[in-house]
Amino acid sequence: MAEPMLELVSIDVRYGAVPAVRGLSFRVAEGEIVGLIGPNGAGKSTTLHAITGLVPTHAGHIRVEGKSIVGRAPEQIAQSGVALVPEGRRIYADFTVEENLRLGLAARRGRGQLAEAYELFPMLQEFRRRSAGALSGGQQQQLAIARALVAKPRLLLLDEPSLGLAPTLVAEVFKTLARIREQGVTVLLVEQRAQRTVALADRTYVLANGELRTTLGPADAADTDKLVAAYLSG
Amino acid sequence: MIVAALDAQTLVDATGLGAVYALMAVGIGLVFGVLRLINFAYGQLVMVGAYTLAFTATWPVAGSIAACFVVVVALSMVMERAVFRPLRGESQAVMLVTTFALAFVLQAAALLVDIRDDTIGEIATSIASFNQPVTLGSLEIRKITIASVAVAAVALALLAVLLTRTTIGLHMRAAATDFGTARLLGVNANRVIGLAVFLSGILAAAVAVILTVQNPFVGPDFALRETIVVLVGVVVGGIDRLWTATLGGFAIGFATGVINGVLPTEKSVYLPSAVFALVILVLLLRPGGLFAWGRQTAVDRM
Repeated sequence: MAEPMLELVSIDVRYGAVPAVRGLSFRVAEGEIVGLIGPNGAGKSTTLHAITGLVPTHAGHIRVEGKSIVGRAPEQIAQSGVALVPEGRRIYADFTVEENLRLGLAARRGRGQLAEAYELFPMLQEFRRRSAGALSGGQQQQLAIARALVAKPRLLLLDEPSLGLAPTLVAEVFKTLARIREQGVTVLLVEQRAQRTVALADRTYVLANGELRTTLGPADAADTDKLVAAYLSG
Repeated sequence: MIVAALDAQTLVDATGLGAVYALMAVGIGLVFGVLRLINFAYGQLVMVGAYTLAFTATWPVAGSIAACFVVVVALSMVMERAVFRPLRGESQAVMLVTTFALAFVLQAAALLVDIRDDTIGEIATSIASFNQPVTLGSLEIRKITIASVAVAAVALALLAVLLTRTTIGLHMRAAATDFGTARLLGVNANRVIGLAVFLSGILAAAVAVILTVQNPFVGPDFALRETIVVLVGVVVGGIDRLWTATLGGFAIGFATGVINGVLPTEKSVYLPSAVFALVILVLLLRPGGLFAWGRQTAVDRM
């Protein structure tokens, strides 16, 4: 069997004495789009931070394509093909749109191109000389996604990309994610919008109190009772 | 009276001093940008450079200056590797106090090396000829003043090109704005910090050469007073941005030069008091920094 793109084996993450993630294990196969949902404080963002090297794990293994990435620096993990669209976008507001995209190339060895990003988001090409802070919230989210994609990641992690966006823009973000999947990029999506996430993803893990509670499939998206039960079971 | 004293000669000298302080401010600001560390030991880098010039005074001038650059840049890199890197991520207070300690260690080490001939202080004679003036109409401009302004202008222009036109410059700016996100994007922390420390070392070496020409008597406290004044200038200008920090450095140098020219010779002991009174006044009127608009206060940043 081929190595999974991402594999977490019983990872523990603590902030001081407070456990944030406990014994979490799951796999994401190549080309899959996997959701991670759950109430606030469930450990979703912490899981992404552990994968990207922003917080240390206290136990367990994290492997990308079979190779352990525990203890590696965030830039090394980025260079090994893992890109994160961080919560709150974290774009460089004082830099131009193009400079933000060029920063995305930092994770690539050798030269990279911005052309594909502009193809996916024509708006960004139009505004490439503007300062990124002048873009609207939805445009900034597109920039944050494009910045992650120019690195040509094997695995794309997104931390609540729809947060703070108007409903029409949320739909836009999910359409973009579907297009990214078509390009063969493996996606791990952390979201608050449970129904949309479950409908889009091949599989969705529900976290509560730092532990895996249940796993939902696309068919469960229409089953509101089941979604609510999954959220409240903690 | 004051207006009469503010002649062209004073302005030229003040510009020269401003240029040197601006170079030091850039050196301090570059490292602060990527490490959030105010390197109090920056002056000791300059001091070590000055000693290198003094100890190589019998060498050809070019060789002596080259030795100064090699020693100062190497020490700067060693400082980063041995002291700053293990402390990365510690609080700013811890890092600031550590650089104080580093400053005292380097000063004590310099004293130990210096005292071997039973006198404190060495004289760097070989490059003193650059202190000769050239006469331009009624003005007497020392060659080193012209050199300081030229070096500052060229260094700042090159730095601006590096920061705005190159990929590593983009990475440095990103690291100075939000290091965490920069690393997530794959920006190599050690490379960016290494370059900032390397460049700040080059600037310290340039400052060492300029200050040694102006004052060839080198002691363990060489450049200490200048560093304190520049650090104040950097905070007054606004340390969280390189260009405001640089302008702050220039401004305090220029102001010092002007006040020095205006004060009667017998009153020159009041120069530091007058400069720092001006600093207090500026911080009272513009607590956010002289060149920072709508940002947090300079006091908060310290």
